[in-house]
Order: sequence, then C-alpha cells, then structure tokens
Amino acid sequence: MEVEGWAVWPRGSCMDSWRIFFTGVGGQGTLLATRILGEAALLTDVQVVVSEIHGMAQRGGVVESAVVMGKVLSPVVSDGEADVLMAFEPLEALRALRKCSAHSLVIANTSPISPFAVSSGKVQYPDVSEMMRTVSGHVGKLIALNARSLARGAGSELAVNMVLLGTLMRQERLPFGREPVETVIKTRTRKPFVEINLEAFDLGFQVV
Amino acid sequence: MHELLGANGGSKRLLLGNQAIVRGALEAGISFATTYPGTPASEIGDNFYRISREIDLYFEYSVNEKVALETAAAAAVSGLRSMCSMKHVGLNVAADALMTLAYVGVKGGLVIVSADDPSLHSSQNEQDNRYYAKLSGLPMLEPANSQEALEMTRAAFTLSESHQIPVLLRTTTRVNHSRGVVTLGTLQPPQRSGSFEKDPFNLVVVPMVGRRLHVELLKKSHNLRAEANHSPFNTASGEGSWGIVTNGVSYNYVVDAIRELKLGDRIQVLKLGMTYPFAAELCLDFLKGLERILVVEELEPFMEEMLKVAAQESGLTLEIRGKEDDLLPRYFEFDPVQIKTAMARFFELDYQPPKVEPGPELPQRPPNLCAGCPHRATYYAVKQALGEGTAIYPTDIGCYTLGLLPPLQTADFLLCMGSSVSSAGGFSKAQDQPVVAFIGDSTFFHSGITGLINAVQNDHNFTLVILDNGTTAMTGQQPHPGVELTVEGPQPPKVDIEAVVRGCGVDQVLVVQPLQVRKTIGSIKEVLEGDENPGVRVIISKSPCPLFERRVTGRKQKVVFKVTEECDMCRRCLDELGCPAFTYCEDEEDCAYIRIDELLCSGCSVCAQMCHAVTPKKKSA
Repeated sequence: MEVEGWAVWPRGSCMDSWRIFFTGVGGQGTLLATRILGEAALLTDVQVVVSEIHGMAQRGGVVESAVVMGKVLSPVVSDGEADVLMAFEPLEALRALRKCSAHSLVIANTSPISPFAVSSGKVQYPDVSEMMRTVSGHVGKLIALNARSLARGAGSELAVNMVLLGTLMRQERLPFGREPVETVIKTRTRKPFVEINLEAFDLGFQVV
Repeated sequence: MHELLGANGGSKRLLLGNQAIVRGALEAGISFATTYPGTPASEIGDNFYRISREIDLYFEYSVNEKVALETAAAAAVSGLRSMCSMKHVGLNVAADALMTLAYVGVKGGLVIVSADDPSLHSSQNEQDNRYYAKLSGLPMLEPANSQEALEMTRAAFTLSESHQIPVLLRTTTRVNHSRGVVTLGTLQPPQRSGSFEKDPFNLVVVPMVGRRLHVELLKKSHNLRAEANHSPFNTASGEGSWGIVTNGVSYNYVVDAIRELKLGDRIQVLKLGMTYPFAAELCLDFLKGLERILVVEELEPFMEEMLKVAAQESGLTLEIRGKEDDLLPRYFEFDPVQIKTAMARFFELDYQPPKVEPGPELPQRPPNLCAGCPHRATYYAVKQALGEGTAIYPTDIGCYTLGLLPPLQTADFLLCMGSSVSSAGGFSKAQDQPVVAFIGDSTFFHSGITGLINAVQNDHNFTLVILDNGTTAMTGQQPHPGVELTVEGPQPPKVDIEAVVRGCGVDQVLVVQPLQVRKTIGSIKEVLEGDENPGVRVIISKSPCPLFERRVTGRKQKVVFKVTEECDMCRRCLDELGCPAFTYCEDEEDCAYIRIDELLCSGCSVCAQMCHAVTPKKKSA
C-alpha cells in the first residue's frame, strides 16, 4: 500500500458537485458499488445520477460506470473531469487515468486480472508498481491497496467492491458519511453476504 | 412484491430509466406489454415479465419486434393500454407494421419504445430513430432523465388515446441505463379485458381505406402539432440574447455547461421533450429577439433542420448552427467537455478543456466467451473438422459474435439479426469457397427461419450451425420458443428447432453435443464432406449456456480441471481454444507453464478431451 502526493482537494470544502468514475473488469461488482453509492445519496437527500452500461461489456471486458452527485446532472464523466477514480483493477486504473486531473483522488485495487492477450502469453502484464507510480504522478492522491486480499480476509474475494467503497468513505470527501452506505449494504445486498460485505467495507475503511 | 409495485405515490426511488418507463406505464394502468429483448431496452421487458406474475398484466417475449408490435397493436385496437419496447434496430424489423399502424391508429393508448444506442455500446449501428417519427407521422417524446422517463411514459398513454395514434418514446442508452432519483405517482390497476368492434373500413387497409386513412393521419398530425406547441415537456428557461435548443440527455450537458461557464444571464435554453410533430410556433417565439442559436442534439441534425425550415418560412435570418463545420459531430454520444468546447467555440467564449494524458499503450481487454461456453467448443470442432481447409463464416447477433476475435476467428460477415442464413446462401451462389454459417437459437426464431426456407427453395449450398444454448443469453437469459430448462424443471420445448428445420425442407440435419469434442468433430466432418450432396445442411449444436443452467437448476459444480506435469507447452489450448480460465505463467526461473484458474473453470472438460495433460480434480468448496 502506498500513499503519495496528497494535494489539496480541488475546490476545498465548498464543493457542490462530485464526479466519481468507476472502472473494472466484468464480474468484479462495479455496478453494485455504483448502485450502493447512489442509494446512499438518495437516503441522505443528495441529488444523484448513476450511469451504467449493460450488455456486451459483461463478458470479461472493461466495465465503466459513474456516480455524479450534487449540482451536476450529466451522467457521463468527461476525460479530465473525474473528482474520484475508483479502479477495481490496476491495469484499468492506468487505462482510466485519462478521466483524472492533477486534483483527482484515485483508489486502486493492486490485484491484477490478466486480459486474454496476457493470459495467452502474447504480451506481458505491465508492472503494477510502475503503473501505480505513473498514476500517482498525474493525480492529487493515490490510495493503492490489495482489495482482493482484504476481501478474502473478510470471507469472500467477491467483496472487492465493498473494500473499495470502505476506503472511499474513509476519505470523507463525499456529502455523506459511512453510515448511509452501511445501511444500504444491509438492505440492498443479498442476505447471506451482508455480514461479509460489512466486514469487507470496514477493512477497506481502515485503509488510509 | 416487485419493487416497482410496492412503492407508494409521492415516495422517491433511485430508478434506471428503463424501470422508470415501466413504472410510468403502470401508473397509466397498462394492461398489455410485448418486447423482443435487446440492449439497451431489455430491462423494460424483464421488469414487465416479473410484474406480470403478480398483477393482471399480459406480457410476452415475442419472437421478434415485428411480431411484438403487431401483437400489441391488436391489444391497443381492442382498447387496452399497451406498450411495445425494443432497441433501435428492432424498429427496423417492426417498421412494416409501424408505417401502416400509423394510418390505422389505436383505441387504447399504445406506446412504442425505441431505445437508441449512440456510440454503439452494444449494437451494429447507431441510427437515429427520430426519423421514424417523421417517416411514419407518429408523435414522439424524448426523456432526458429517469424522472422524465416516468412522466413522459404516463403522458404518452393519454396523448395516444386522445389522438387515437401510437406514440413513440425515443430514448438513448444514457437514459435507459442511468439511475436517477424519481418521485413516483399513483399506480392504476390494469383493465382486465379489451373489446374489439368490427370496423373493416377503418381497420383493413386495402388501397381505398389507406387513401382515406393517410389523409386522416395528416389531420391528426396537424392537431398534434398544436399539442407540441403547448406541451409541458417543451420548456424555455434562462435569460440572455443567445439561445440553445436541445433534447434528451444532451439537455443535462447544456445545463451543467451553463452553470460551469457562468452563462446564466446570457443564454436561453429551449428544451424539447416532444420533438415530433415539431413545435414550430413555440420555437419561432423562442428565436425572436435572439442573436444566434446553437442546436445541441446527439446524432443527426433532426431538430436543427426543422428549426432552420421554420426560421426560413417566417423570414428570420439569425444564425442557427449545430452539425455544420464539425461544431458538433453526427456520430457517437456527447460528453460534457465536448459540449462546453462547442459552446465556447460558437459563442466565442474563453474555455480551456482539461489537459488529458494520452497514456501509454496498454494490453486491450476485449470481451470473451465465458469459460465453459459451448459456442467455443462448437467453433473449435468446426475448425478441426475443416482441417487445413477454410470456409466463409457468415455469423449473426448474440454472444457467439465474439467468435470474431482470435483465436477462434469464426466470423466473416454480419449485417443484422438473421443475416447469417440469407447471406450464406448468397455467398454459396456468388463464389466457390465453402460456406459455414452460425446463428443462435433465439436469433434463429427471430429471423433465421425465413432465410432457411429461401435457401431450400433456391438450392443454396451451405452448412448452417445453429448454436442452441437454450436461452437468449446475451441480453440476460430471456426465454424463446425452444426453451427446455425452466426453474420448474426440464420441459419439452414449445417449438422444437429440429422439427422446424426439417419442416423448412432441410433433409440433412444433425444434432450434436459440442462438449463431446471428438464425436462432434467426427460428425461435423461427415456433414462438411458431403459436398457430393449439395444443398442446405443444418447442424444443431445443443448444449445449455452454463450461466443459465447454473441459475435455473441451482446445480453445484463438482469438478474443475488442472494441467499436469505432462504438459509439453505445445500451447494448443491457448492458441486454439482461448478459454479465459487458462493462463500462461512463468516461474521464478523464467520457466513457462500453463495453469487453469479454478475460480473460472466451469468443468466443461473440452480442454481435457483435446489434451492428455489436463485432468479433472474435485472442486474445493
């Protein structure tokens, strides 16, 4: 885990809009994470739009989604305009770097998932530390963590999304705290997984 | 209880645009809904499907969009409020019915949802279906967010009934697949049954009836134009001497841009929610006194051209711009920076778009067929059966289109649903290479059967492989006429694919289980070598989608496969199968080996049948 280059949050404490961009690989639960954040915003009366793309992307391809809150209405996040990048996979963190600016907060899972070209031995997976250094050099703050191993510690590798949500909420940069997020996890995720999800969220929350 | 039925009027929910459309229809007392699944419209039908099990609402997954629209039209003519939803290209399939239904009209409200897909997130083209409104003369509403999706759907039923004409609700992917906060209205119970009154001289469109109905349609259009000029969905706001005319999701980008560029006192915005018939008088009122107008709309200059015509007719000479000189592109969906940049250029403002890092070249991550997908096994078997030989592979629309990518590379030509079969026939008559076409089961029912009959009639010479995985997998496992696996257990199919194929006049029919690799290769070889018996040969490759099978049967996987030390690194598994569970690895001494990811392996055993170094083991819990 590394924490580097913390810059002042872009617009200080008077932010009135938040653009959070999510990227990951099909099957990692990015869409559930965006939905939980959206429901938490609704619970706290914060204006919110959640943008998803369904269909083709789910077959092991890249899945991108977004949560925008506050005054902003546009469901799409332009290149250079993400306040937060939630990257569920390190290669995808670097691919989505175009969404960030020198002010962005990036939370990145360092556990790689090989694309087909890599797993078939055609090309090499880029060095993770190197990629994280590149990301770190272009953004305000990077929190890189092995969310997969934390999720495993909570009881399921599938809870990477909950770990990353926990880490995001610890940064206290959104217009609501951890409680509404935990409430939504309790009411909106599948019963047998609620305990694991809450534990994973908490393990992510411990990461600073 | 379904989440869209449980919530009270006045409460707030975070709803997908597609869910909001369903809720709006329920608040209008919808009784009858049809669809053929297609992204980005699929969730509309899927929600109706579940809701129809709880309330007295008739819903069906129709065989294709034309059938869906004709079925819904009958309900609407019988006085029931009805909805027919589809993706944009689905409306091409339904267009024949649409054009004349516009003449015939309806009694109960009929709302036709066309879900367009700018940027082609999951489509073969990004056609702008607003032109269908103009072509057919039907009124059209275009929501900008989930709240409007609900309100416009509800209002569309009233509009449809009061003018006795179907209404088009045209959305784009960003509206269908965005979740927004929606304040709900009150549910209305569905009407139990409709009644049909015979009226052949208005409902049977022979030429003499059609002539009269066309004139009637133009009268309705005239009245609807007055409605558009006063529609609550067409609103002007802001102040200043510049103007923007916009619609749908683009409205959000415009509002954000005005706030961020601090133009609140300089730009007026006209947002059109009812975009056809064109609200010309309203627009002219808006134009008067303004200096210059930017039209912000995705895809084609639909509003821009109508606005220019209206301005010319009333002698206005102000500058109206949109798609010319690449100010705004006619392709792909917009994004906020693009709109700010275009506004800055047109209104001569100071704005610097954010600097974007080009980023290094990275390994791509294209979607792939899932581990255990029977399509992979079929493609492998066909290529093995062809040996050194080659063939042209016309393909079709579904998960199996992913056979396009290496290492399978079993896709050479594709236009639309059903084109595999008909184009295979064309190729067989136009050139000498053998032709092996692929089509999925749901796509075969949708529009493959007609092409097959045509091929038999005209003595085409090709092999058609029907990839029968027992469901409409790509769009979320919706049922089709040949479904056998259900939550209640296996059942005989309502329509048997083999019987259909034989009924179409095909004599050479073979059914294979593609997960039995050697047997399948052998059987396919026999069929392909049957060149001395030219004609249409059909191979039905039948094995359920593993994701669907697991969901429906709840069966737990017991076996996974592993690579043993006998592996000689021949790489055939990587180079010929391309299963995502396989990984090429190197140990600390740079020694290469191949590993199967236990989490991904679905236990299909295809790899074990092609390689002695792959063996089964018990799946750890």
